[in-house]
Amino acid sequence: MDTKDLDARSYTDLLKGYIKTQDERALYGAEQISKSFIKNNILPEEIVNLHIQALLEIYPDLHELIQPSMNFLLEAMISYGLAHQEYQQLREKQLELRSEIHLAARMQQILLQSEIPQTDDLDIGVISVPANQMNGDYHHFVRGKDGSINIAIADIIGKGIPAALSMSMIKYAMDSFPESEMSTNAILKSLNRVVERNVDPSMFITMFYATYKPDSGKLFYSSAGHEPGFFYSSKANRFKEIEAKGLVLGVKPDTTYSQYELELNKDDMVILLTDGVTECRKGDQFIERDEVLEVIRTYMHLPAQEIVNRVYRHFERIQNFQLKDDFTLVILKKVV
Amino acid sequence: MGSQSYVTIMKEWDIVAARQMGRDIAKNLGFGTVDQARITTAISELARNIHLYAGEGKVCFEIVESLEHKGIRVLATDNGPGIRDLSQVMEDGFTTSGGLGAGLPGVKRLMDDFDIESEVGKGTKITTTKWVR
Ligand SMILES: Nc1ncnc2c1ncn2[C@@H]1O[C@H](COP(=O)(O)OP(=O)(O)OP(=O)(O)O)[C@@H](O)[C@H]1O
Ligand SMILES: [Mg+2]
Repeated sequence: MDTKDLDARSYTDLLKGYIKTQDERALYGAEQISKSFIKNNILPEEIVNLHIQALLEIYPDLHELIQPSMNFLLEAMISYGLAHQEYQQLREKQLELRSEIHLAARMQQILLQSEIPQTDDLDIGVISVPANQMNGDYHHFVRGKDGSINIAIADIIGKGIPAALSMSMIKYAMDSFPESEMSTNAILKSLNRVVERNVDPSMFITMFYATYKPDSGKLFYSSAGHEPGFFYSSKANRFKEIEAKGLVLGVKPDTTYSQYELELNKDDMVILLTDGVTECRKGDQFIERDEVLEVIRTYMHLPAQEIVNRVYRHFERIQNFQLKDDFTLVILKKVV
Repeated sequence: MGSQSYVTIMKEWDIVAARQMGRDIAKNLGFGTVDQARITTAISELARNIHLYAGEGKVCFEIVESLEHKGIRVLATDNGPGIRDLSQVMEDGFTTSGGLGAGLPGVKRLMDDFDIESEVGKGTKITTTKWVR
């Protein structure tokens, strides 16, 4: 006997029992069998039919009266059966899609990961967490032959999988540049051309690019419309916005950028971020940019990686553990 | 091949006539109550599409026999506007009724074999069969 026949048998028995006793035990049995129906893809019209057959078995004389009304019910169930089948199929499709995206996200993570360079000068911490499965933020570190450290942080305006795919393109474009020999504004200029030519016009990329030169202790940087970072001066014990002008990547083919510089002294900090950090939401209100600085100040005595982790955990909690946007935070601490 | 009968679809009540003829044939062939209801629903969907989108057409019935079993074949034909994108129409959730499982994908589920030919500006022919189990 297959499960269908088995269910039919126990349905008839349960119904018989219930009509006699009308107790809760038989109804509990009905609940169990209902689950079994779902599991075995028994459609509503088949259940109605089962009921008709069971009734006919129990009351052979009653059927003249009951059967037409039951047939009517059966007919009325057909569309529910179809809707259920469609739902099942869409659910399977969704599971398939989800596991595909999961795999893509893992590949992206492997492709885009960038190791933090170990230097005597700088203590570097970074955290980058996607709001959904795929990350639309990007960051990387490259160490030059002269010991300089190049840092890129970028955010793509546009969400989800297409955004994440564009990020892979940015990475490969940058890998082809002799990064450590170029000025920060020349890098953005070249990248702008790549983005303008290859990325969908509805998508824009903002980037902050910086090079730290250990010999001079200077940070050179350029920005392509990126969320401004902060500079913390230990001497003044104050945070200041890092100002840099520049058009978003991909708007115009011949955009040029300026290079700025900043001198770093012992215990100074540079904070780079994406708008997923500054646009965290408390309920339906955005936080103030100053709030980010307050949280950083609370933890700034800690190593850089510890700071970014704690700041992330703070804002993750504020947002009830559901990020609205990809969150990337980089902190550089000058240690000597 | 067996006997052939058909219903001309011109007004909404012809859909009921097509249902009735289909159900009678299915019953005589020995289909159970559930399958009768499924076949009838499929006929209804096809006839309603003719009524709504082509204005006029025909639903024909054939009794078909293979080596092992018998079945009912339903042919819905019209000389209406035709269907441009068949793949899209056969996709779940596309129907104007908002993907309640019915429509052409529903017909395909209710029946065993399903085929559709359509040419824009010329018309549509849908052939679908269900076998007695
Ligand atoms: N015989 C036909 N001639 C021309 N177009 C048709 C015909 N049958 C279906 N179509 C087109 O295919 C579409 C899908 O048909 P289908 O029956 O799957 O769904 P629907 O009629 O839109 O909604 P539902 O049947 O769920 O109420 C229709 O909206 C119509 O544009
Ligand atoms: Mg329809």
